[in-house]
Amino acid sequence: MAMLEVKGLTKKFGGLVANDDIAFAVKEGEILGLIGPNGAGKSTLFDLLTGFQRPDAGYVSFLGRSLLGSRPDQISRLGVGRTFQKLRPFDHMTVEENVMVGVLQHTANLRVAREQALGALFFVGLLEKRGAHGHMLSTGQRKRLELARAMATRPRLLLMDEVSGGVDQRSLPGLIDLVNRLKQQGMTMIIIEHNMQVLMSLADRVLALHLGRKIAEGTPEEIQNDRKVIESYLGLAYA
Amino acid sequence: MIQAIISGLLMGFVYALIAAGLSLIFGLMEIVNFAHGEFLMLSMFSAFWFWALFGVDPLYSLPVTAALLALLGLVVHYGIIRHILRAPMLAQICATFGLAVFLRALAQFLWTPDFRTVIHPLVEGRVEVLGIFLGLPQIVASVGCLMGFTLLYVFITRTETGLALQATAQDRQAASLMGIPTDRMYALGWAIGAACVGVAGGLLSTFYFVFPEVGFQFALIAYVAVALGGFGSILGCLLAGVLIGLVEALGGLLIDPSFKYLIVFGLYLAVVFFRPQGLFGRF
Amino acid sequence: MRSRTPAPMIAALGAAEREPALQDALNEPARTPWRLRTRLLGLAGLVALLAYPFVLDAPFPQHVMIMIFLYALMAQSWNILAGYCGQISLGHAVFFGIGAYSSGFLFATFRVSPWLGMMVGIAIAMAAAVAIGLPTLRLRGHYFAIATLVIAESVQIVFQRWEFVGAASGIWLPIVRENPLLNFQFNESKIPYYFIALGFLSLVCLAVWYLERSKAGYYFRAIREDPEAASSLGVDVSRYKVLAFMISAGFMSIAGTFYAQYVLVVDPETVFPLTLSILVLLIAVMGGVGTLWGPIIGAAVLVPLSEFTRIYLGGTGGSVDLIIYGALIVLICVFRPVGLLGIWKDWRLGTAVGGAKNRGNA
Repeated sequence: MAMLEVKGLTKKFGGLVANDDIAFAVKEGEILGLIGPNGAGKSTLFDLLTGFQRPDAGYVSFLGRSLLGSRPDQISRLGVGRTFQKLRPFDHMTVEENVMVGVLQHTANLRVAREQALGALFFVGLLEKRGAHGHMLSTGQRKRLELARAMATRPRLLLMDEVSGGVDQRSLPGLIDLVNRLKQQGMTMIIIEHNMQVLMSLADRVLALHLGRKIAEGTPEEIQNDRKVIESYLGLAYA
Repeated sequence: MIQAIISGLLMGFVYALIAAGLSLIFGLMEIVNFAHGEFLMLSMFSAFWFWALFGVDPLYSLPVTAALLALLGLVVHYGIIRHILRAPMLAQICATFGLAVFLRALAQFLWTPDFRTVIHPLVEGRVEVLGIFLGLPQIVASVGCLMGFTLLYVFITRTETGLALQATAQDRQAASLMGIPTDRMYALGWAIGAACVGVAGGLLSTFYFVFPEVGFQFALIAYVAVALGGFGSILGCLLAGVLIGLVEALGGLLIDPSFKYLIVFGLYLAVVFFRPQGLFGRF
Repeated sequence: MRSRTPAPMIAALGAAEREPALQDALNEPARTPWRLRTRLLGLAGLVALLAYPFVLDAPFPQHVMIMIFLYALMAQSWNILAGYCGQISLGHAVFFGIGAYSSGFLFATFRVSPWLGMMVGIAIAMAAAVAIGLPTLRLRGHYFAIATLVIAESVQIVFQRWEFVGAASGIWLPIVRENPLLNFQFNESKIPYYFIALGFLSLVCLAVWYLERSKAGYYFRAIREDPEAASSLGVDVSRYKVLAFMISAGFMSIAGTFYAQYVLVVDPETVFPLTLSILVLLIAVMGGVGTLWGPIIGAAVLVPLSEFTRIYLGGTGGSVDLIIYGALIVLICVFRPVGLLGIWKDWRLGTAVGGAKNRGNA
C-alpha cells in the first residue's frame, strides 16, 4: 500500500488555479522529486498536504488516514514533516533549542530530548554550532537546521521544499550527501527541486508540474527527456 | 432621535479623518501608531495655545496645526519608525506605545492635567435646522473633516504621488523597482497621517475639552474604526467612522450614555472575530 | 501510538560511542553552572533581602520594596505571556482587578479569608483568560493588542457602573484586628506584607524558571518566534497560547489580591486603569522582556524612580517618571530591544551584537 495517496487535489486562489486535479502516490522508502517552473504550484501542493491551506477539492490519505481538515500540528504528529523554502529558524533561540522544539513532540523529558537533539545536529553536521542563535547562521547552515528540526519530529514522510535553493556550489555536495544519508536510513521523502543534477542523484521518481497540473511522471531520466517538461521550462523552441 | 442620528453622523466624519491617518500608516508599513491619540491631543493643544497666547482662532491656525503635526510625523518616522521597521512586533508595538506614554506624560507635566477650552471661538452657538438643534462648531468641524477626508482620498487615488503611495503600500519591493523612493513614501505617509489628525484636532478644539488624556478615547475609537473599515482601506474608514458615530450616539440615547463605549467596543470585537479583514480590508 | 522505523538521529546516537565530538557535546551540562563568585553574591543578596525590613524598619523604605516586589510580580506575569510567548497584551490590568475584586468582595461581604479569596480570584482570572483568549489569540499581533485594550477598558466601564461591587466607589475592606495571618491583614507593621510579597514574587519567578526548562516553555518561545513553523513541528499553537494566557492571568490576579489586602480599598479607577497595564509593560520591556531577571531589574529601577519623583517633584511632577519611562522604552525598542538586562550582558561579555555575529560564521 502506498504511504501517501493524493487524488484530484485542487486549489484555486480567486481566478488563479494553483493546483489542478493533482494525483500521485508515494511508496514507503522512496524519494519523489517534484519539479516545475516557478508558479507551477509546488509549494502550494506542500501547503495542501501539510494543512497550511485547505484544498477546494480532492483527497489526501496518509497511511490510510485522511489528512483533510487537519491542522499542521496534527499532521506533524501523524508523521508528516516539512521544511520550508523560505527558511524560518527560530531566530532568538539557539540551534540546539530549535531542534529541541521538534524533539519535544515525542518526549517531555528534557534530558532525553537534549540527547536526541544533539544526535540530530550531529547527523546534519551542525553540532559545533549548537550554541549559536538562529539569526547568525548562513543559508547552508539554516537549511541543515530546518532539516534537523523536521527530522527531530520523527516523520515517516518528509516534505523538503528546496534542497539547493540559495546554497553555494561548495556546500551543495554536502547537502546532497546529507539527504542521501537520510534516504539510506529509510526516510520517505518528497523533494521540491529546481536543480536537475541534484534531482538525478536523489530521486527515484519525479513528478513534473506546470501551471498547476501534472504534466509528466517517471524516472529522472524519463523526465529529463520528456518533451512537455522541457517545453514548460524553456519554451516550445527547445522541445 | 433624529438629533442623535445627525450629531452621530457629524462626529462620525471626525472619527473618519482620525482613522484615515491611522489606516494610511498601517497600510504602508503594517505598523499601528499607538501614539495616534497623543498626536490628536497635541494638535488640540497646539490649536488651544495659538488661541490662548496669540488670540488666533483655531480655524485660522488650522493650517499651522496641520503643518506642525506633519512635521511631528516626519520626526517620528525618521527618528523612531525607520529603525523598527524590521524589528520584532513587540519592539514595534512598544516603541509607539512608549512614545504615547512619553507624549502624554510630557503634556501633563508642561500643561497640567487641567481641562482647557477655547472660549468664544469664531464659530459658536447653535443653529436650528428643521427642529433639531445642532452646535455650529460641530457642524463646521464635521464639514471640515469631511473636506479633509475628501482631499486625502482624491490625493491618494488621483495624484501621481498618491498612486505611488498606494503602490508602496501594496508591494514595497515592486514599487522600489519601479523607481519609487519607498523610504520617502513612508515618511510622506507619516506626515500625511499626522496631518489628518492635526486637522481633526484643530477642529475638535473648537468645541471639545482639551486635556492630556483626551487622546486615548479618540484613539480607541480610531482603532475600532480602522479595524471595522479594514486596515489599509481609506474608504473603509469613512464608512466605519460614520457607523461608529451613529452607534455611539444611538447607543447613548437608547441604552445608557455611560455604556455607549461598550457598544462600540463590542462592535470591534464582533468585527474582528467574524470578519477580521473588516469591510474593505486587505487582510 | 504509531510504530516507527528508527529515526536517523537515534541511529546516529548509536554511533556516539565512536564519535568523540558528539560524546563531548552530550557530556556538557545543559547550562553552565554559576561561578563561585556569583553564588556568593547571590547568597549575600538573599541575606540582604531578608534582613532589609529589619534593618530599615520604617514604613517608607519597606513600602518601596513592597511596591518593587509587587510590580516585579506583575511584570513577570506579563512577561510569561508577552516575553516568552510573544503575545502582547495591553490590558493586563483586567486580571489584576479580577484578583482584587474577587478576594476583596468575598472578604468584605462574607469575611472569607483572603487566601481563599485569592484562590477564587485565580480561578476567575484563568477562566477569564480562556474566555478572552480563545477568540482573540488567533488574531494577529496588533489586532490582539488592540482587543486586549478594548476589553480592559470595557471591563473598567462595567465595574464603574456595577452597583453590586460598589460601582465607582468600589469596595472598602473592613479593618480586622484578630487573626492577622488568616485574614491577610497586618495593621501593626508592614513586615509581614514584605515577606508575603517576596514570597509571591519568588513563586512567579520559580514558575518562570521552571517554564524555561519545560516543554511548554520551549513551545511558548517557538510560538513567539514563528507560529507557523512551530505548527509544522507539532505545536498546537492555539492551545499553548491560551495556556500562557492562563498562567499569566493567574499570577496577575495574585498580585491583585495582595494589593487589595495591602491598601484595603478596591475601586475601578485603581485596579483596572490603562496606566497599570502600561506600567507593567514598561517595566518588563525596560528590564529585558523574555528573560527571568528582566522584570525584576525593571521594577527595581522604575519603582524607586517613580516614588522619588513623586515626592520631590510632587503635583504635576508625578508624571516625570512616565516621561522618563516613555522615552527610555522608545530608546530601548529602537536601539536595544533586549532591555537593560541585555545591555548589561553585552557589556559584561565585552561583545557587541556585531562581535557575536563574527563568531557564528559560515
